[in-house]
Amino acid sequence: MCLAIPGKINSIEHQHNGMVRMAKIQFGSIVKEASLEMVPQAQIGDYVLVHVGVAISVVDEAEAQKSFEYLSMIGEIDELIEHTQV
Amino acid sequence: MKYINEFRSPELVSQYLAELSRIVTRPWTIMEVCGGQTHSLVKNGLLDLLPPEVRMVHGPGCPVCVTPIHLIDKAVHLALDRGVILCSFGDMLRVPGSGMSLLEAKARGADVRILYSPLEAVNLAREMPDREVVFFAVGFETTAPANALSVLHAHRAGLTNYSILASHVLVPPAIAAVMEDDAVQIQAFLAAGHVCTIMGTGEYQPLVERYQIPIVVTGFEPVDLLQGLLMTVRQLEAGEKRLENQYSRVVRPEGNPEAQAVIQEVFEVQDREWRGIGLIPASGYEVRERFAAFDANRKFAVQIPRASENARCIAGQVLKGIKKPHQCSEFGKTCTPQSPLGAPMVSSEGACAAYYHFAVA
Repeated sequence: MCLAIPGKINSIEHQHNGMVRMAKIQFGSIVKEASLEMVPQAQIGDYVLVHVGVAISVVDEAEAQKSFEYLSMIGEIDELIEHTQV
Repeated sequence: MKYINEFRSPELVSQYLAELSRIVTRPWTIMEVCGGQTHSLVKNGLLDLLPPEVRMVHGPGCPVCVTPIHLIDKAVHLALDRGVILCSFGDMLRVPGSGMSLLEAKARGADVRILYSPLEAVNLAREMPDREVVFFAVGFETTAPANALSVLHAHRAGLTNYSILASHVLVPPAIAAVMEDDAVQIQAFLAAGHVCTIMGTGEYQPLVERYQIPIVVTGFEPVDLLQGLLMTVRQLEAGEKRLENQYSRVVRPEGNPEAQAVIQEVFEVQDREWRGIGLIPASGYEVRERFAAFDANRKFAVQIPRASENARCIAGQVLKGIKKPHQCSEFGKTCTPQSPLGAPMVSSEGACAAYYHFAVA
């Protein structure tokens, strides 16, 4: 139910008398529409996390990198701690 | 797909598993709250790859599973006897009510439709002004903004034929309810990443302090889950109790303020009954008085008898992590996804369905 998938904003348009900011969002080879009302800062080219037709967050590239660097980061911290204890 | 494939990297998964095995020195019991995480752990085979000291128990974070049987009966009644177009996420359709499921109601001629988004239900109401459209608005905090938005869209468009049957539940009171149960032995939680995308992480600090447990906000892909577990086990091994955020690429500490604002506008917090668990104080959202015209409960004033659960189903114990699905005597015998006794066997997030489909025993 809480499944949400990251996709890239291809285009943005306003629907329903200009009241609703909607986007066409690319998920791999699939394009679907989603509301951008919850992410007013989102722009074309951004990756957004989409849940039941509503974008709920803009993916932060720098923060995403941290998962790949976490292991080496804690390795360095552990080394530092050991070093300090010696 | 970007932000998905790289978080499924077998190489990174191996590195995280090796680090977990290296640091763990004694048994720990950790609950992942969200059913989406349960399915990812089971589907990706991670439960079998974790070091034996790391024991995962599965939490109540399956909104379909905890939607009261009474509300399913109401949805069936609206669809079958009141002639509405009953729209729902696909997950709800097979969940047994006391008499029948929505799928069985559909087989008997009710107009039950599966939709991907509540916003589609509003469009349907626009296109069919002569029909009443009801959306079965089930979900945790993640789904609340979309369901609230549907009410606001319908309100702005002046629609009088759209309403929602709300079954909205909240994670922090559920964690508290789990921890208050004496039978529960849990030493840490992985908090649900997408719930926190909406609400932020602040609500979890009081739980860390009250129950003296680490809570790590975690994502859903294999690398996310293993990183979240590594952060958790590092804390446990060091005797620490902190709130950490593994899923920082989409979870900000303050959450999503726009989403919180629409939730506040449409919903208010109330006590809520959880299927299999019982009443949990201040654990759900109901539609505010101001939007009563969009609340199917008030609009149709449904009066039906309150039904009781099938006594053979132990869903409550499964949802609290006290028992594993295969410890139920009915599992895979009288209870299967085709013919379920309880909701966790049919929901795509239910622990029983995960164990059944991916043959964990």
